[in-house]
Amino acid sequence: MRSRDEGEQRRPAVFSRDTRRGVDYCHVALSTAKIVLGKAAHSLSRIGDELYLEPLEDGLSLRTVNTSRSAFACFLFAPLFFQHYQAARPPQRQPPRCKVLMKSFLAVFRSLAALEKTVERCCITLSPESNRLVVQLHCKHGVTKTYNLSFQECESLQAIFDPAECPHLLRAQARVLVEAVSPFSPALSEVTLGVSRGRRVVFRSYLEDDTDAARAMMTEMSLSEDEFQQLQAQEGASITFCLKEFRGLLSFAESANLSLNIHFDVPGRPAIFTIEDSLLDGHFVLATLAEPQAGQEPGQGPHSTTHQDDFANDDIDSYMIAMETTVGEGVAEGPRTPSPVSEEEEAESNVIPGTPPLKKFRSLFFGSVLAPMEPPSEPNPVLAEDSEGEG
Amino acid sequence: MRFRAKIVDLGCLNHFTRVSSTISKLAKTCTLRLSPHKLYFILSDKVANGGVSMWCELAQGNFFDEFQMEGVSADYNEIYLELMPENLSRALKTAQNAKTVKIKLTNKHCPCLTVAVELPSLSSSSRIVTHDIPVGVIPRKLWTDFREPVLPEFDVSIYLPVLKTMKSIVERMKNISNHIVVEANLKGDMNLKIQTDLVCITTHFKHLANPSWALEDISQDRDLEAMVEARIDIKKLLQFLAGQQVNTTKVLCNIVQNRIVHFILLHDEVSLQYFIPALS
Repeated sequence: MRSRDEGEQRRPAVFSRDTRRGVDYCHVALSTAKIVLGKAAHSLSRIGDELYLEPLEDGLSLRTVNTSRSAFACFLFAPLFFQHYQAARPPQRQPPRCKVLMKSFLAVFRSLAALEKTVERCCITLSPESNRLVVQLHCKHGVTKTYNLSFQECESLQAIFDPAECPHLLRAQARVLVEAVSPFSPALSEVTLGVSRGRRVVFRSYLEDDTDAARAMMTEMSLSEDEFQQLQAQEGASITFCLKEFRGLLSFAESANLSLNIHFDVPGRPAIFTIEDSLLDGHFVLATLAEPQAGQEPGQGPHSTTHQDDFANDDIDSYMIAMETTVGEGVAEGPRTPSPVSEEEEAESNVIPGTPPLKKFRSLFFGSVLAPMEPPSEPNPVLAEDSEGEG
Repeated sequence: MRFRAKIVDLGCLNHFTRVSSTISKLAKTCTLRLSPHKLYFILSDKVANGGVSMWCELAQGNFFDEFQMEGVSADYNEIYLELMPENLSRALKTAQNAKTVKIKLTNKHCPCLTVAVELPSLSSSSRIVTHDIPVGVIPRKLWTDFREPVLPEFDVSIYLPVLKTMKSIVERMKNISNHIVVEANLKGDMNLKIQTDLVCITTHFKHLANPSWALEDISQDRDLEAMVEARIDIKKLLQFLAGQQVNTTKVLCNIVQNRIVHFILLHDEVSLQYFIPALS
């Protein structure tokens, strides 16, 4: 949000006058921007099954992670994005953070066409005390659709990533990237992106080991450097990532007519895909295959011997620490397989409990991991056990 | 063996794309035969295909601006490749609005037909899409499997009704029965019949055209109204009808009583034949 100045970061949140609901709630309303929110929901649904909502002073954050923890996505909508934005938060309580089933949230915004034509206003209210995320669509002809979504309180889902640490950057209009990946079959899982000789940007279909190489068609799209707004990468740099997940952000970026940045490093390090405008920003962090393809300059040729399972073992795990508490169990789970890198960062950046983590997506840290758990206010039905990261 | 060809004209490209799309709907795997003047897509009547066979012939000059090939030897100046036409069709579909399309035989990790598409771009330098389609080179000793089918003496020849209509009827019949009887006479009548334990359904088409040569050669005491029929697998018939891209094409249907149903169409200088054997 480039238009904000430093002082605004310290502006106290607006408290709701409606004390019936208690002060700890978030309320947003949008009209024309509802489509954008709906599209963001569609985009996030390509990644994960659970949607984490966190109303921050800086805006409403929607985040998700995929089950194998190899992809993390988040959108932050600034308060000005909404007609009305209140993330009320008394000093003594944590801001309400919840997760809902992606499927349930998406059901509200499933038909973008209907959203555009018949829905006049959309209101989202988060009420921890009633444990409901209420989405109301005020439609034409006096029809109001109210969706009551159960949510589960949880800790903040955050990822450690810093685009500034990535030596390579590729920036292009979303439309160029959409056209660049259009030759690939929608069924293709992974794609390799690289810079070839002559500084051409090359996308190539990535075929797994177990694909019958004798039968699979290989497709490559090569574009001139001139088509990109920025290309900061040397020849030979390449990464392989999940195309399907990338398409999720790409279609959103295209509909919003934005440029997309791809920050990347060596194979194995996560690639960070970002978009932004004055009212929102989005980040998709995708794991990349650890081993470069054998014989690999993009623009050359054959298939790698690396198996797709490498995705699961990639460094992204050490960047991903999501602590989730199933309220009612009251058990705090420790950070998952932290690497030395992330532990160091945690030590450096402990955040005082009670204050919201600073929203600085560009240099991320995981402060609240070690913050003490607060006791649950009332038992909540466990919607879905987190079966990952036990111990 | 060498093969290089180039298409520059968008009309030719679209036409070739349509042909490859039709072929891809008729066969999962087929043989591409390249000769100096013609290209053929061939499906031979193996048991695996259910006895169905296909023969599609194009004059290369109608599509390619450049066409160079060197066959396996001077005496046998042809190339036979086994490929999945779906790959070729998908590759060509990425070439809408292409400046040029080049197709060549290459040897990457295995023999491939490489389709290189040059697309316009926002910058001075074009975009290039390359598809490597794995192919199998068919050795000369197996070429006899892919000879042009000899047409039998047909008992009746008739032009099909509007394909779209016929297709929608056969589509509904497919849900009821696996087999369909195709019958026709020399008076412009054609019937499609299905029969199960519970129901019989017949669709009658009238006032269709019979080719003039079919009416010339017949013996005097031949009853023009007598129906000639063959019972065939309904899915194969539907596959043929669904593959046709252009509705106005005149498709000729030839039937040998209880033996075979043969379709032949000639459109835009491409000839396509499809044989469906009768079920016993």
